[in-house]
Amino acid sequence: MVKVVFTPNIQRHVAMPEAEAPGRTVRDVLETVFADNPQARGYVLDDQSGLRKHMTIFVDGRMIRDRARLTDAVGESSTIYVFQALSGG
Amino acid sequence: MSDTLLVSTRKGLFTVARKAKQWAITAVEFLGDNVTLALSDRRDGRRYAALDHGHFGVKLHRSTANGWEEIAAPTYPPKPDGYEEHDMWGRPLNWSTARVWALEAGGGDEPGVIWCGTLPGGLFRSSDRGQSWDMIRSLWDHPKRKQWMGGGADLPGIHSICVDPRNSRRVWIAVSTGGIWFTEDGGASWTLRGEGMRAEYAPPEQTHDPIAQDVHCLAQCPTAPQRMWVQHHNGIFISSDEGKTFTEITGVEPSAFGFPVVVHPREPDTAWFVPEIKDEKRIPREGKLVVTRTRDGGKTFDVLTKGLPQSHAYDVVYRHALALDGGGERLAFGSTTGGLWVSEDQGDSWACVTHTLPPVYAVRFA
Repeated sequence: MVKVVFTPNIQRHVAMPEAEAPGRTVRDVLETVFADNPQARGYVLDDQSGLRKHMTIFVDGRMIRDRARLTDAVGESSTIYVFQALSGG
Repeated sequence: MSDTLLVSTRKGLFTVARKAKQWAITAVEFLGDNVTLALSDRRDGRRYAALDHGHFGVKLHRSTANGWEEIAAPTYPPKPDGYEEHDMWGRPLNWSTARVWALEAGGGDEPGVIWCGTLPGGLFRSSDRGQSWDMIRSLWDHPKRKQWMGGGADLPGIHSICVDPRNSRRVWIAVSTGGIWFTEDGGASWTLRGEGMRAEYAPPEQTHDPIAQDVHCLAQCPTAPQRMWVQHHNGIFISSDEGKTFTEITGVEPSAFGFPVVVHPREPDTAWFVPEIKDEKRIPREGKLVVTRTRDGGKTFDVLTKGLPQSHAYDVVYRHALALDGGGERLAFGSTTGGLWVSEDQGDSWACVTHTLPPVYAVRFA
């Protein structure tokens, strides 16, 4: 199972507790998590299901490359960190 | 006559109420968050607030008996595979709500209907009080929509929505920049209006093209809907035929540049504006904050100053930040520098409620 950790800053708006979900890509894992927490989806993904402009995702310490489709691979014991980017001010 | 104001600011939603003839802040909600616009629906008393969380996107909240609840935000449809569209800067245009720039209640005969205008140009309609939204595809897919450009923001946006009080299926919207669009079938089809407006900033071939017009604000007289007023990027325009044609009002002092316009509910020739020097100098002339009022359809203007700062005032009043109550007597406006003023005599005199608010984006009577 892949672990998903959300930035504490988002918790003020919508509860997004640490979660675990199966999957081979960032997309797989996040869609499973958001299926249980649909309100949270729009806080991380935009209308086209891409990563919001000023959000960023790290997998095991490395920033993902495919912000539009989230196809970056994850391992069974990976940890996905969902953060806001400093570029958003 | 309304005793309550909703003031949307960069750092929260402020309720300002009249008690013992004094206006004062009585509630602060969403403190610290960017509230870009609010709506109080007179049909059922519900309130709506649009928030822009920056990193986390645009959200909508609706009032409940005990507070607020988050409801659906307008969402753009999936972009077709392989379809490419670019903004005026050549960047890929993201089909995603970048800002809620207009929120209006539908007609009295369609309870629960809310209209929402957004950046980058999508118009949405809800028939269930914002629980869900339908994009008006006939407008978004209109071939001329791609001629819309950024004006008040990098991206084009719909900032004004007027629902005909005689027939709720007739709706006007205004775009910055993209002119005035009209539907008479509830949004199934649209026509471009606004002949007669003039864009002095455009190349000669486009100066009088209705789609090139940067309408800053469109206002319609509720009891005489044929009368429409436009505060435009380079002037003030008036229409007597539901926005089909406009006439420019010239010679307006201290300036014809500004963002908001409001029109009296029963006197179509009476309208108010808040002038700034000019597009490239968006501050009050000579540091004197004034409101202008015409009672004769723009032939003459009163320059209203009583109670307003007349020295070193650099307040800018955005297009949604001037409000007139349903009775036509009370006005209020808020500024980018955190000032809020109220008038109870059609602008003849003003009282400062506070000058320490966060930047004010919108003011509305509840």
